[in-house]
Parts: sequence; structure tokens; C-alpha cells
Amino acid sequence: MFRSIKILRQHGIQYVPNLRTAKLTPLFRGRPVITGQLSAEQSAELANLCPSGAIEPNPFSIDLGKCVFCRECEFAAPDKIRFTNDYHIATNNRSNLIIRADQDIPIILDPDLVRKEIRTLFRRSLKLRQVSAAGDASNEMELNAAGNVCFDMGRYGIEFVASPRHADGLVITGPISENMAEALQICYDATPAPKLIILCGTDAISGGLFAESHALNRTFLNRYPIDLYVPGNPVHPLTFINGILDLIGRRI
Amino acid sequence: MQEPSYIELLPNGGPVGLKAIPVLKYSDFSSQMAGMMSLETVHCVLYYAFPYNGGLKFIAVLADDTSGKFLVFSHEQNSRITTLDSLTPQIPALHLFEREIHENFGIGFDNHPWLKPVRFANDRHRKDLGMNDYPFYRIDSEELHEVGVGPIHAGVIEPGHFRFICNGEKVIHLEIQLGYQHRGIEKLMLEAKSGLTRSVLAENIAGDTAVGHAVTNAQLIESLAGITISDSLQVERAIALELERIAVHIGDTAALCADVAYQFGQVVNEALRTTIINTTQLWCGNRFGKGLIRPGGTHYPLTSPVIESMLNTLNDTGFRFREITDNIFTAPSLLIRFDGIGIVTRNQALSIGAVGMAARMTGIARDIRTTHPTGHYSVLKYEPIIQETGDVLARAMLRNLEACKSIEMVTDRASALLATCHLQPATDNRQPITDNYLQPSSFALSVTEGWRGEIAHAAITGPYGEIVHYKIKDPSFHNWMALALAVRNQEISDFPVCNKSFNLSYCGHDL
Repeated sequence: MFRSIKILRQHGIQYVPNLRTAKLTPLFRGRPVITGQLSAEQSAELANLCPSGAIEPNPFSIDLGKCVFCRECEFAAPDKIRFTNDYHIATNNRSNLIIRADQDIPIILDPDLVRKEIRTLFRRSLKLRQVSAAGDASNEMELNAAGNVCFDMGRYGIEFVASPRHADGLVITGPISENMAEALQICYDATPAPKLIILCGTDAISGGLFAESHALNRTFLNRYPIDLYVPGNPVHPLTFINGILDLIGRRI
Repeated sequence: MQEPSYIELLPNGGPVGLKAIPVLKYSDFSSQMAGMMSLETVHCVLYYAFPYNGGLKFIAVLADDTSGKFLVFSHEQNSRITTLDSLTPQIPALHLFEREIHENFGIGFDNHPWLKPVRFANDRHRKDLGMNDYPFYRIDSEELHEVGVGPIHAGVIEPGHFRFICNGEKVIHLEIQLGYQHRGIEKLMLEAKSGLTRSVLAENIAGDTAVGHAVTNAQLIESLAGITISDSLQVERAIALELERIAVHIGDTAALCADVAYQFGQVVNEALRTTIINTTQLWCGNRFGKGLIRPGGTHYPLTSPVIESMLNTLNDTGFRFREITDNIFTAPSLLIRFDGIGIVTRNQALSIGAVGMAARMTGIARDIRTTHPTGHYSVLKYEPIIQETGDVLARAMLRNLEACKSIEMVTDRASALLATCHLQPATDNRQPITDNYLQPSSFALSVTEGWRGEIAHAAITGPYGEIVHYKIKDPSFHNWMALALAVRNQEISDFPVCNKSFNLSYCGHDL
């Protein structure tokens, strides 16, 4: 009994008070910034270097929906590319994830693209069913962490639930393997409308490193609108929570 | 029987010419395999086939714990339409290796008791069969019932299907169907445009073992490229591997508490895990260590501010972890859920070829850090931690003791690094290699003790040094069967805690 109280005292208060403004360590790899023009030769070199095909050489851009945040392009061209620790990188507009030269601007969510029922129905309570479709478990662990004592997204009424019947939408991780495609569809069908689809992690958004694999079946994504893209490898809990808060129009 | 015919590989050694691997007739191969594996100290690390000269070449890699060497030998079949005598009836540990060969190439194995699909790999032999065609074991009975769980589970975890046959609440049989996570990684390793892509792929094989798989890949490439890395970089990799182990063991202790409804232990351990992964993030910008390990060098040399922060965190977290585990392992209400639950016997673990934690919890001293050490472990003289009882308590206790030992080890190594550096990087900043010339027509092997157990990567190069085959084995490949055995005759309500006590990888198995 006394020992438990002692541990509780040591445990202290763990929660991050303001999830909007919390700062991550300087080396955290968030939104990159491209400064200055790259020569055609250097652009082509970097495009060739990128393991997941996130770099377009002409005009030079980095697509965070494909980027696995390995930072190798920065190591190859440190005077032109810099990964900042800005973790506010979730958006509902796929093209907002494309970073272009000399654009040091935050990635924002486009309010006009948000379906009306999302903000009326889910603003105060959002229950989500997570489906890992060939995710490597790091995104899944970060989503679990989003609900733990440190990040505690439950404070905003955002929670993961066990049954799709109880859910307001799906959070998909992983590049969606052929072997998981049917289960994902069944889970979606079992979720009552109106329902969200959130793609969590680079693998889910574009296939990432696995985009060229024949073992994937991403046709599910062609059938439905996507409500939120959350880039990362894995997604940081703060990126996820802030993305959802923006989507449901929740201020804190 | 004739003299054994194999080539020996040292854990830290270079590759061997593919032609130097003895090719045996299958009958000799079988009797040699059966003879050598009759020793407890020899287990199978890899046994796989790949297309070769219009037929197939089968390579077996055994680990000999006594000599500290890997023993490699092979057999070849000219035709792909062949049926071989299965070795599984004699050596059950080979069951999954033979099943994998069967699934990929259609090779038959006579008398294999359980010749079922492994993962429905994309380039499998029988494309006409899919996930819904898995032939589950069935018992026709009016008394028994089946319980199917998954592929999507209640929690936020990876997919896999569990099919229980129960008598009332008691589990008689559990069959685990995997493959939902199959991404075709081995093939992508071949198609990869650069060494960098392979390194990044390796750290995405299993997200909870990013460092383990990345180190295994790096050592493999360094071996093929003939590169020796500095002592300090070896220390740094050992620190990264141990931090991964500490984080997962503490996280799994939290999950075990959650599964027996002990929320206090859960939240405290979750917070403690956070401090460890945030240290990894401070070091390299990623909580799982992705990007930290690259062949031949590193982008993130340890600096004294990082080491100081690491030492403070480990000191504080180590103390608090001992306090909470004292609490957990003296609480009768928790012990009753762990003690004697989900037992795997020593003989069962030996027969299925269990590795890593799943072997050590039953008294088998199987730890690559001790028997086949590479890098800094060669000088560390690591003594494995062993538990005897093979139950959930043994696995929980093993995690507890291993986490504490690793905290001590990292503290010791990091302090030593700190003593030799002042504000400069503690370790030398050698640029990683991206595309070095790899030794042609060779076979190379790299084995590392990840937190779950031994991770093995093997590559075969062609005449120009290009990689023509890449094989990956996560320890989960061996150990899923241990979970299936653990729940026999248990209450089905004990399944979650049994599952969590192993915490095996779905994607590491499915590749």
C-alpha cells in the first residue's frame, strides 16, 4: 500500500498539458524545408537517392505522402534541404503534402474540404476502429501511445474501440496487403455511416517503401473519399492527435 | 554415416564462395541434418530454397552453440517438380522451413504431418489458393466448439487469425493463421535500387525491431563489402540494440499488467517506456531508431549531451522500473494470473526450435550474444538470463531481469564512452556506405540477437556482386508455435496474457 503510494508519487503527472504547442526534440524529423534552387543534376541525384520515390526532380519537390523521413536527402544536400521538427503535418488535402522549394509554410487542413457531418457529429466524441493492413507495428504502437497517460487523446473524446459497429470511422495503417484487402473491406462495411477514413503513416497514404510490391492491393482506396492524411514513419502521436483535432474542428 | 560435410562460418567472418558450400545428395543431407540436430546445442537457423541453374538449391544453416560457428551445407534438385522425404517427423523444428519451401516452389514433402500454407506469399506456387482456403484442423464433435479470432483484433495491433478448438472454456487446440501482413519484402530487397533502400527496408521489416533488423542487414552488407567498422561504432550499435530491448520489455510488462486489469502497473510502465524511446528520439530523431543504423557508418554519432541525457534517464527509469516490478512480482492477485499459466516445456521448446526469449524461459541457454557474438558483443562476454518454468511468469520475469541487465550494460558502456569524449562526438562520424562493391558469387550470413531472439539475414551474390537472393528470418518464425502450445489446456480467457507474454511479430513472420 505505502509502496504503491510511493510509486504513484514518483510517477507524478505525466500528461502533456498542451498538445498543440508541445515541442519535440530538435532532431525529430517532421516537415522538411527546401531552401534555394537545386541544379538539375543535383535534383536528379536526390530523386535517385530517395528510397521511396518521394522526390520529384523537376520542379524539385518532396511528397510527404511518400517520404519515409529517413533524412538521407538532407545528408546528401545539407545546404538545400532541412528537416524541421514541425510535427503539424496532417492534412485532408493530398496536394498539401507536397513540399516545394522556398516554401517554409505550415501544412494546413483545408476546412472547405471537410464534410459537414464530421464537424457536427464528431466534434465532441470520435470513436475510431484501427485496421492494420500490413503495418509494421510502429504506427500501431504510436496510435496506442496517443491514448496513453502522456498524450491522452481521450481528454477530447477521441478513442479507439474494439468493434467497427461502435466506430465513427477507420484509421488505416500499412500499405494494404492483398491478403488483408478483404478483411479491411468487411470492417469498413460493418462501420455505420457516416464514417471517416484516416490514412495513418506513409505506407498507408502511398504504399511508401512498398508501393511497387505486387503483394499489395490498394483498390479499397479508390472506392471512398479519404478524410485525413497523416504522414510519418511512424506517425508521431502529436501529429495524429493534432490532425484529428483540426479535422473535427476542435479548439482547446 | 560418413564424415559430416559442411562449411563453417564465423559470426564475425566474411562470406564464403557459393561453390564452397558442400552439395550433398538428399539422402546424405537428411541423415547429416538429423544427426547434427540430435544435439541440444545445435539448432536450425535457416533452411530455404532458391532457383538455381534451372532447378532449386536448398541451403541449410545450423548454429552450433559449442563451437560458436554456423555450419552450412546444401542439396540441389534439377527439377522443380520433386517430392522429398520430409525431415519433420524426425526433427519437428524443421516443419515451417519445409512448409515455406513447399509453399514457394511446390516441392512435396512426403510424410510431413502438417504441410500447410505459411503466409500465402505473393509469388507462391499455388496462386489459385488464397487466405480463405487455409485448411484448419478440425474435430467433428457435438461437445466441442470453435472460436475464431481475427484477423482484426480488439486492440490496435497487427492482424492474424487464431482458431481455437475448445471444450467449454478450455482450449484443446489453437491454430494460428498468418500471412495477412505479407508485403513481399524479400523480393523488394532484390529489386531495391541501392544499399540505402535495402537498409531502410530492413528497418521496416518489424517496427518494434527496427534496430535489430537494420543491424543485421548492416553486418551482412559489411561482410560482403569487406568493411570493418570501428570499435566505437560497434559499441554504439550494441547500445541501440539494448535500448530497443529495454523499451520493448518495459512496454510488454505494461501490456501484461493491462491484460490482467492492473492499470497501475500498466500506466507506470507505459510512462517508463516513453522515457526510453524518447531517449532514442533524442539521439536520432525517431522513437524506434529508424535511420540510426546504416551499413559502414552512421549519421548520428553519439555526442556527450546525448550520452548524459541517456545516463540520467536510465538511472531514473531503472530505479522506478525496479520499484514497480517489485510491486508486480509480489502481488498475489497478479501472480495467480501469471504463475503456472501458459506453460511451454523445455522439451517442447527444443523440439520446435524455439529461439531467444521463448527458449530461455524454459532453461535453454540460447542467446546469440553469448554463443555467436558479433560486433561489440564479442568482447562483452554476455551471460544469458535463464528462467526454468516456461510459463507467463517466467516470460514476465525474463523481461524484467533482461531489462535491468541491459540498463546496467548500456549505463556501463555509455559511461565509458563519455569518459573519452568532451563535446565532440563520442564515436567517430564515419559516413555510411551506399553502394560498395560486394564480393561476387558468394553466400553471406548475419545473425543478431534482437529482443525477441535471433534475427538472421542471408544473401547470395551473382557474378557481378549483385544480390540475387535475400533471405530474412525473424525469431517469430520459430516462436509462434510456442504460443500455440502454451495455450493448450488453458482457459481461453488466459489467451491474451499468454499472447502478450510472447509478443510475437506478425509482419516479421509474414515479410
